[in-house]
Amino acid sequence: MAHRVSRIQVLHKRPGTPDVMGLQVERDAERLLGRPPGPVRSGKIYTILPTLTPAQLDEFATRGLSDSVTQEAYADRLHVDPDFPYYLLVSKLPGVTDDEGISAQRTLCDMFSLQFDTTQQIFSSDLFLFSTPLSDQEFERLGFESLANPLIHHLEHGQFRGRVEYWPEVRIEADLTNEAVSLELGDEELLALSRERVLSLNLAEMKAVRDYYRRPSVRQQRQAMGLPANPLDTELEIFAQTWSEHCKHKEFRALISYEDTATGEVVEIDSLFDTFIRGATREVAQSLDAAGSNRLLKVFSDNAGVVRIDSERVFVFKVETHNSPSALDPYGGAITGILGNNRDPLGTGRGGGRLLFNTNVLCFGSPNHDKPLLSNQLHPARVFEGVQKGIEDGGNKSGVPTVNGAIIFDERYAGKPLVYCGTGSIMPASYHGLNSWDKEIAPGDRILMAGGRVGKDGIHGATFSSLEIDRHSPKSAVQIGSPITQKLMSDFLEQACAMGIIKCSTDNGAGGLSSSVGELALLSGGAEVHLERVPLKYSGLKPWEIFVSESQERMTLVVTPDQVDAVMALARDREVEITDIGRFTDSGHLSVLFDGEVVAHLELEMLHEGVPQKRMRARFEQPALAEPVLTEAPGAPRGLDLGECWLSLMEALNICSREWVIRRYDHEVKGKTVVKPLMGRRGLAPQDAAVMRLDHHSYRGVAISNGICPRYGDLDAYEMSAGAFDEAVRQIVSVGGRVPSMERADNPFWSACDNFCLPDSEYDPAGNPDGMLKLAKLVQICRALYDMSTFFKIPMTSGKDSMKNDFRADGVKISVPPTILYSMVAEIEDVRRAVTSDFKAPGDIIYLMGETYDELGASELYRLFDTLGANVPKVRKEQALDLYRRMEQLTSRGLLQSSHDLSDGGLAVALAECTFGTELGFEIALGETLPPHVQLFSESHSRFVVSVAPGDSAAFETVAGTRAVRLGTTSATPKAIVSFDGGHIALATQDLLARWNGGLERGRDK
Amino acid sequence: MSAVRAIVLTGFGINCEEEMAAAYRLAGAEADIVHLNDVFLEKVRLDDYHVLNFPGGFSFGDDLGSGKVLSNKLHYRRLASGRRFLDEIERFLGDGKYILGICNGFQALVKMGLLPNTSGTGTQEVSLTHNDSGHFEDRWVRAKVTGDGRCPFLSGLDLIDLPVRHGEGKLVIATPEVREQILAERLNCLTYVGQDHAPTAEYPQNPNGSALACAGLCDPTGQILGMMPHPEAYLSLYNHPDWGRKRRLDPDLSEDGEGLLFFKNIVTHIKETES
Repeated sequence: MAHRVSRIQVLHKRPGTPDVMGLQVERDAERLLGRPPGPVRSGKIYTILPTLTPAQLDEFATRGLSDSVTQEAYADRLHVDPDFPYYLLVSKLPGVTDDEGISAQRTLCDMFSLQFDTTQQIFSSDLFLFSTPLSDQEFERLGFESLANPLIHHLEHGQFRGRVEYWPEVRIEADLTNEAVSLELGDEELLALSRERVLSLNLAEMKAVRDYYRRPSVRQQRQAMGLPANPLDTELEIFAQTWSEHCKHKEFRALISYEDTATGEVVEIDSLFDTFIRGATREVAQSLDAAGSNRLLKVFSDNAGVVRIDSERVFVFKVETHNSPSALDPYGGAITGILGNNRDPLGTGRGGGRLLFNTNVLCFGSPNHDKPLLSNQLHPARVFEGVQKGIEDGGNKSGVPTVNGAIIFDERYAGKPLVYCGTGSIMPASYHGLNSWDKEIAPGDRILMAGGRVGKDGIHGATFSSLEIDRHSPKSAVQIGSPITQKLMSDFLEQACAMGIIKCSTDNGAGGLSSSVGELALLSGGAEVHLERVPLKYSGLKPWEIFVSESQERMTLVVTPDQVDAVMALARDREVEITDIGRFTDSGHLSVLFDGEVVAHLELEMLHEGVPQKRMRARFEQPALAEPVLTEAPGAPRGLDLGECWLSLMEALNICSREWVIRRYDHEVKGKTVVKPLMGRRGLAPQDAAVMRLDHHSYRGVAISNGICPRYGDLDAYEMSAGAFDEAVRQIVSVGGRVPSMERADNPFWSACDNFCLPDSEYDPAGNPDGMLKLAKLVQICRALYDMSTFFKIPMTSGKDSMKNDFRADGVKISVPPTILYSMVAEIEDVRRAVTSDFKAPGDIIYLMGETYDELGASELYRLFDTLGANVPKVRKEQALDLYRRMEQLTSRGLLQSSHDLSDGGLAVALAECTFGTELGFEIALGETLPPHVQLFSESHSRFVVSVAPGDSAAFETVAGTRAVRLGTTSATPKAIVSFDGGHIALATQDLLARWNGGLERGRDK
Repeated sequence: MSAVRAIVLTGFGINCEEEMAAAYRLAGAEADIVHLNDVFLEKVRLDDYHVLNFPGGFSFGDDLGSGKVLSNKLHYRRLASGRRFLDEIERFLGDGKYILGICNGFQALVKMGLLPNTSGTGTQEVSLTHNDSGHFEDRWVRAKVTGDGRCPFLSGLDLIDLPVRHGEGKLVIATPEVREQILAERLNCLTYVGQDHAPTAEYPQNPNGSALACAGLCDPTGQILGMMPHPEAYLSLYNHPDWGRKRRLDPDLSEDGEGLLFFKNIVTHIKETES
């Protein structure tokens, strides 16, 4: 029987102020359909399940859901506007997060003192009324290419007759049977089973699971408990989730045989993670210990890394990726990425830290991508816009400033984008005398689930992220985040932790309860969960679906039995849903029950230690590389016009201004941001690292940076990794940070996260013939990480790897280049000494610090000429460290008026950027050692361009010594003048700025 | 008198409570951050405070329009004892106390009808809606105090740089009569200005396309102030995007941000009038 639903329609008032949302759709329609569609009127339709009186419905419409100044509301009789007779209605598919509907529900409760639970009973849809008819195809095109995604939205369109048909009712045939699945199968059949059930387990893993069930002890116990000898479906799902690449990092723990054909080196590496990453941090920790300044508290063993700020506070840092979901639905993927990463610091140790900042690094295909799209491939421009919007809502609506980031464009990201989300937080060092970063659980402690409800969202997300995207990708992998649900939960958690009523907490992310409870259970030695208690978004979920669902905005809290009432009471006051779903035990087992029936009973040790170590092969062959002669390149028939190269570089996609993106992120909520992404009088000068204060009453702070340079990996993966590391360090040095010194005990804390995003690096003669080379590059990346981290004594505290970033469709594979991101945070003792990149006054002296080499390989200059070259920029660690020590002296003595690190586009681009804060120009002369184009555009690492007040130049030169070269001076004339042996360049800074400003805009218009 | 006390509301997506409280503390007052439900549950009494603050943020994720769900809650909700919250506010104002709403707080006050309230009946007369640009923006603007001095938050202020961080800050006025009333009483007390310090309709100096280039409104009593720019985000010189050059030009420049003046003003005013 159909439920009688009420509808309320809200329309933008006409005549009135411009209909901004309608105008946007008008512009989108014109762009997509190639003709102006005429005026569009925007509105909403709300579908209401609860029965209201006519008077209530009317008040709800006019007072509750609409704004009397800007909108009109219609209750239950939908208005047909004769001037706008056609409609497009965008609704959510069943089960998709609809925050606006939930907010409408909350307001209804407030208005009439009603009480609902948080299952969705009001649904919102976006309504667009058109003045001219569109064909069905045009409506679908506009809908699905601009306003909606077929994976999450439903469209209704045509002539509007005052009726709408659809509402997103969830209908599931409840099937609660608990099925046993035989693994007594041949190899092929085992693999087929793994594929069919999307378990993503390989043959060795399937056999390991099978052998577990063959163990006599296991058989006996199962028999005694009345369980079938074969695995139950919930058990198989728990194995698949726990053993997923995402959760167990099997490739980083693999036994790798590595061969370098150039050097003849052959070596076995037992776990890249243990050898190079944890190994580096262990060594750095020893060095810091010896120097008396080890502030590491918890590394690699919790959701995020923890370092000590002072006796009162600790700093918690985590960066991870959300690539596959962002390829399917860029908005949903990015927003769940942000919110999910936010939950990591929130759920570290006991939990309840306060989020300090977000930082995001994004890799996309070119927004100008002009190849035909493959099946299920979204255009990179669309991915970019969706991800940008997701980050905007994820950060802004959570009240967390997005303080810096980077955007990289490369065609190889056109299949899978990379979406790196980083979050730092500050947690009290102790709660009622207990270390905040500890996680302790005793048998008998209760398991509470807090936050959102559980639906079919993201089932198989953990396993899915280890797979290539293809046409079988489960639809339920797509989710939309709910920042408001999470904000309520995080406010609650902060307060509850401060009250000392939470023993510890963890995030429910990939793998859902299975992952969070399964891992926490290790601390007490067992757990027992009752799934029928878990609050659901809608009925009909199977037990295993409840257990592995990745529905967002949830955390698992551990509470001693005597505090459960206090936690529940606070949650009620804060309107956060919380449920007691079980207890921790010391049984050695993870037990899962549904309505009293055991649906899974697994040995914890098998679950966490039983996964067989993977064996992989890596083989490096040096590619043939050569430096080009630029004047002979196809793009340079008239020889090399340096001024033209400079201007072209300013608008290159990887260099040009990100202002329109930056301004959509709140980068100063909380009022602590001291160096923002853009600074200067005009607010246009890009900065190296962000600087934030930690509070409002002291000037202690942190600098935040990101180093990433994937294209150097085309020449040399080791140098790419070393270069990215150096980039992150030098950005922090540029704003005034200090690299640890083994001669001092008062070192600032550093916390670095490594994030690997790789293409499939497992050799397969047919599917992945260059797998061994890709794996060899991964080994080299890890070696550089180790060398740099141990040399600079900068510890990795946390990180993440994302392994199969390949997109396959229509017989084509698009693989990302091996990419590593280093995200770093370093303490700044006094933010007032921070140095920004913009020139401050005319007549200041400009110096180049650090040496330039002929290192144009994979540079942005070469990219202008479509050539790669050979001379990759190399990191010279000892020289770099010497320079950074000098920089520290200069910044601590206040001798620098500005400092900007040199990266993409080299000296020329950095100098231009220094002028964007004000209307100043500069005049410099180049030396004679290298050709001018090398001096201007080489991307050699570990360099800065700085400006110094004339009165400070003697002091400056004493400190900088031979490591600085005087280039020239800043000037009040807004011109960029460069003279060199045999010529000079004179450009208006306004022209450089205009080209820089326009780079992305041109991309977006296409 | 004893200390000036400010209550800073939070909860439901409000997110500028920390800097708002810091502003009052730096201005010499006591500040308590209080969850709205603790007011409804009467764990905290408005009467114990001199200034009631609605900070910025994204209450209820801006669903149904920014500040809308919050304004409904404030309008309809009753306290545990059954009294209407709205009556509490009325009594608070009747006692000569002050209310400040910033950004999302301003949006809620407008949608509750407390600003500009030219009619005195608490009916909604203006709205704050989508920026002309159609999207959220974080940028610094220059604002000029254009009121007639009735609002003590603004005493002695003239031109000031402040950040705006909103997607729905465009003031729309319901009728020409309301517009006339606002102008006649100079309730449009804070105005976006251009390089020439005159009110401007030009983007981005006027970041959202507001009527009257209006950045802030007060009510006819001057006790309620609402504004889109964030003075609480400019408590320190080092919040300003050009602090490096400003300090170079004037090495003796105060390390206080100019946004702090709003809070010093109200704290001083309360101290003076109460003593």
